[in-house]
Amino acid sequence: MIHSTSNAFKANAHDGLANPTLQSALAKMKVGFPNRRSEAIARLPEFDALRDRSRDIKNHVLENLDWYLERFEARVREAGGLVHWARTPDEARAIILGICKRLDAKIVTKGKSMISEEIGLNGFLAANGIEPVETDLGEYIIQLRNETPSHIIAPAVHLTKAAIEADFRRVHTHLDAKRDLTEPATLVAEARGILRQRYFQADVGITGANFLIAETGSSVIVTNEGNGDLTQLLPKAHVVIASLEKIVPTLEDASTILRVLGRSATGQEMSVYTTFSTGPKREADLDGPREYHVVLLDNGRSALLGTEFQDILRCIRCGACMNHCPVYAAVGGHAYGWVYPGPMGAVLTPSLIGVENAKHLPNASTFCGKCESVCPMHIPLPKMMRHYRVREWRQNLTPRGARLGLGIWAWTAKRPGIYHALTSMAMRVLGWLGRRHGSFFNLPLAGGWTATREFPAPQGQTFQAQWARRQRAMGRT
Amino acid sequence: MPVADTIPRPRIGLFVTCLVDLFRPVVGFAAVKLLEESGCVVEVPALQTCCGQPAFNSGDIADAKAIAKQVIASFEGFDYVVAPSGSCGGMLKEHYPELLADEPDWALRAQHLAARTYELIAFLHDVRGMTKVEAAYADSVTYHDSCSGLRELGVKTQPRAMLRSVAGVAITELPGAETCCGFGGTFCVKYPEISDKMVGEKAADILKTGAGTLLAGDIGCLMNMAGKLKRLAMEEGARKIKVRHVAEVLAGMTEDAPPIGESS
Repeated sequence: MIHSTSNAFKANAHDGLANPTLQSALAKMKVGFPNRRSEAIARLPEFDALRDRSRDIKNHVLENLDWYLERFEARVREAGGLVHWARTPDEARAIILGICKRLDAKIVTKGKSMISEEIGLNGFLAANGIEPVETDLGEYIIQLRNETPSHIIAPAVHLTKAAIEADFRRVHTHLDAKRDLTEPATLVAEARGILRQRYFQADVGITGANFLIAETGSSVIVTNEGNGDLTQLLPKAHVVIASLEKIVPTLEDASTILRVLGRSATGQEMSVYTTFSTGPKREADLDGPREYHVVLLDNGRSALLGTEFQDILRCIRCGACMNHCPVYAAVGGHAYGWVYPGPMGAVLTPSLIGVENAKHLPNASTFCGKCESVCPMHIPLPKMMRHYRVREWRQNLTPRGARLGLGIWAWTAKRPGIYHALTSMAMRVLGWLGRRHGSFFNLPLAGGWTATREFPAPQGQTFQAQWARRQRAMGRT
Repeated sequence: MPVADTIPRPRIGLFVTCLVDLFRPVVGFAAVKLLEESGCVVEVPALQTCCGQPAFNSGDIADAKAIAKQVIASFEGFDYVVAPSGSCGGMLKEHYPELLADEPDWALRAQHLAARTYELIAFLHDVRGMTKVEAAYADSVTYHDSCSGLRELGVKTQPRAMLRSVAGVAITELPGAETCCGFGGTFCVKYPEISDKMVGEKAADILKTGAGTLLAGDIGCLMNMAGKLKRLAMEEGARKIKVRHVAEVLAGMTEDAPPIGESS
């Protein structure tokens, strides 16, 4: 599994906040995605009904996952393909390497896959003498930069066009230095021209899967560039790498969820390409891979079944939660320190790598609830983050100062008499100290607040003290 | 006896909330005034402190439960429980039943409390049918939708509808009114840099509306936004904005206290 810097979230976030390129990219993203989503939804009155249906489909699958997985495997075999079961990232990588070696692969083209990121596939292939070539434009860009994706559907969303142009000029030195790259379309065309030859050189094509369909043994990918189709059709073998909760029972179910996926993700009714793959090339087919493999990764997911975290397995990776998250929009995806950023990452990351390795992620949320309100699968993200906070509290992972402060506060809050006496006194003092300015420029224990904000002074007497006096004056006790 | 007096007046247990109790008592008195005007009898149980949300959201379930039980026991005899906060109201209404789900006797009591609990403005408008108030406030105002009230309790149109009846008030909608201000309870002290970035953007949006007053229904969010707006005015010469809880304006009690973060 790839290394995590999630426990350095605060430092990562600090860097993100100070990065002008990132901030300028995020400023655009946080407006563009939500606007496009809400416009698309406004055009589909049955959107909420489709969300409910999609949630129900996935819940049903998760309750019967073993059955659907075995059915899927049987159908893949009938279609002439193979399913490989991988409990861990190591097993998944070994399976893929085995396929590549058997086919004597030197170059592997890749469609966009977060599971590939999760198992650190690119570095592993390169270390074994196989060149991985990312064919999704965003992935291609971050591969040039030796970075990881900062967003699950827009891997290079942390970059501006100017930054990408500079990278292309740095790397594509065989092209005319005076060429015009000011338009996004010219950048796309340049990447496309370079990738075109790589598709024909590749021996193996690896893609992810948005869905695995149990009834037909098909895998489904959605792309906007058509790169996935070239990746999987031209080489000798197509390897699908997917986590096991990607299963849906039927084609009909896949199309139901597809209707919420595109709209939630980019505001598109459908992605430009939705590709269904079933088995390898058949005799009468003109094109297609000779081999079709599906590597099914567990990596801790089956252990979530039956727990308070099962609902995260409904996630269809649309990215709506991060597109609408004010914390993500402030710090960017890399701050989260592992494969999955934003609200879904704040739940999935501790689920897969252990909450002790992702202590901040469930805490770095105001619980504003926007993520849950836009999630097409109705995943209760804030609630699950809170479940992780409970685990942290129980495992003594909560920072000591916070624990102590909360302990003192809770002790008094449970004793109303003492609480009212203490707070009444404290507010009188604080109110008196703040009477001239109305607020504090500096306040002990609230330095994080007062560094950039005034701290409003209390009025002086507490409501309870005033109310008690008023009641006495009115002859009530 | 006049007819009105024969209709039993509902008894309200006012859940003051800790922030109103400590920092902004005028909001409590505004709530009492509005509730009484809507025909209710208001009582304030002395055994209340806080709703327990800081413990609940920090993962300290034992303390959260103890405090929740204290609140439930104190408010059991009332027809309704009303809080001048969507956040605390949401805690009582949405989260107590969930928090106490594994203790059947308490779960039932929590559900009973939840069914009778309302956020102040939603209660006045939706339950008491109070669509107008007798108040005046001469300023242009903009309104921020606090997250819990908006998404847990559906508080959105009610404060705006009631504000429209206040003489002298002109409402300018706040772009991004539904975006979190970055307060988030303990979040603002645990992650101050991120919180500041969020409230900084919120403040910029507020300033752009041109409104003279910012209103909202939660003191936590209001203290955060008032603190940022005032610092921006002090250090960057930003326009001064008056910040108040919406109940102060609706109750016509803006003379009773200076705006949040200001001196009299």
